[in-house]
Amino acid sequence: MNMMQRLSRVDAINWNRLQDDKDLEVWNRLTSNFWLPEKVPLSNDIQSWNTLTDKEKQLTIRVFTGLTLLDTIQSSVGAPVLMEDARTPHEEAVYTNIAFMESVHARSYSSIFSTLCTTRDVDDAFRWSEENPTLQAKSELILGRYRSDDPLMRKVASVFLESFLFYSGFYLPMYWSSHAKLTNTADLIRLIIRDEAVHGYYIGYKFQQDLAEATPERQQEVKDYAYELLLELYDNEVRYTESLYDEVGLTEDVKKFLHYNANKALMNLGFEPLFPSSETDVDPTIMAALSPNADENHDFFSGSGSSYVIGKAVATEDDDWAF
Amino acid sequence: MVGNLVYFSTKSGNTHRFIEKTGLAAQRLPLSRQAPVPQVDQPYILVTPTYGGGQAKGAVPGQVIRFLNDEHNRHLIRGVIAAGNTNFGDAYGLAGRIIAEKCQVPLLYRFELFGTDEDVAKVREGVEEFWKRQP
Repeated sequence: MNMMQRLSRVDAINWNRLQDDKDLEVWNRLTSNFWLPEKVPLSNDIQSWNTLTDKEKQLTIRVFTGLTLLDTIQSSVGAPVLMEDARTPHEEAVYTNIAFMESVHARSYSSIFSTLCTTRDVDDAFRWSEENPTLQAKSELILGRYRSDDPLMRKVASVFLESFLFYSGFYLPMYWSSHAKLTNTADLIRLIIRDEAVHGYYIGYKFQQDLAEATPERQQEVKDYAYELLLELYDNEVRYTESLYDEVGLTEDVKKFLHYNANKALMNLGFEPLFPSSETDVDPTIMAALSPNADENHDFFSGSGSSYVIGKAVATEDDDWAF
Repeated sequence: MVGNLVYFSTKSGNTHRFIEKTGLAAQRLPLSRQAPVPQVDQPYILVTPTYGGGQAKGAVPGQVIRFLNDEHNRHLIRGVIAAGNTNFGDAYGLAGRIIAEKCQVPLLYRFELFGTDEDVAKVREGVEEFWKRQP
């Protein structure tokens, strides 16, 4: 089988000789996006945290513990296995950045915990995460692919983790933010969400390059496996979502958010979206919390005449432009 | 020519794929920064991805800036459509907003990655309608 050639030896990396300029583009993007949780004034959320009920607090801590597990997997196992499959030394270097940023993400949740929560509640949540069957099931589904000898499926699993599995968790801070609660925490989560978009995009791009070199039969096989894995993860995600969100009555809207992000994960892999728009219409207040102007009428085409939108003032860098 | 789009797409090809799905007449800007800047000869709608990250600097691909720095080309732009990702928060489709402001044309539409079937249908119909309404 014509699989990708692994890098067989280590040579000094030369960033002035690129095999794929996407590597430098993404490296620059990731490094300019670098941040640490200390940058976000989480303590401003203490008052807001105290307005949550005990159930809501427990839900929030559990959700963040689940996210911590995914970040830990991606940092300690996901990015390192992708490094072994890298096509260029620069791709390998990008994964070292991804691995580290996933550690920053995992560390950030602990910053939130130490700022807002009691040690006992946090310890309880970590114990919950170790015993929760659906959380453990998703971990196993991903780790199984990472440990397999199929480099294409390793990337598929990685994109599903980056672009799909996080979102049952990301929903909650966006929900709180839309209710003017835990807004600093939401700012921190938005930084994580931004990073995950670049990760999913880049790993998906590399996947598509690898896939293009495979035989048509192999391409079909991988595509089938990918949709199969997505559905398996999706079924589990629905159970996970129900176990967390039924109590607060949010399950149905979280599922829409799952559909919306599952489509984007598939697109990152170059595959067609699966869920129709009737199942991806997430509550607009959640979308606005995610992307503050996502809800503005930039659909000039179906607008009602008055929406002749000229872009809002943005501080542009004039030295980028000659005019 | 109905449609008449000018677009840029990086090696990942998401915007290219979106354009192909619309079936609209379109001209692709060269990927290479060394290639000569193409000249257009009729009004067009520009379709561009946004380089994600959140800052205005670097949001518009350099190849698109080079194309628009040509005064003749800039003169013929009538609208802009931007690709992006809502994960970038208020920078979603930022390249479109920057160009709309710089060139004083409407930001017509935004879509994510290579767009859903709904996005494709809306843009196909919208663009055809848009040209009909142009003086």
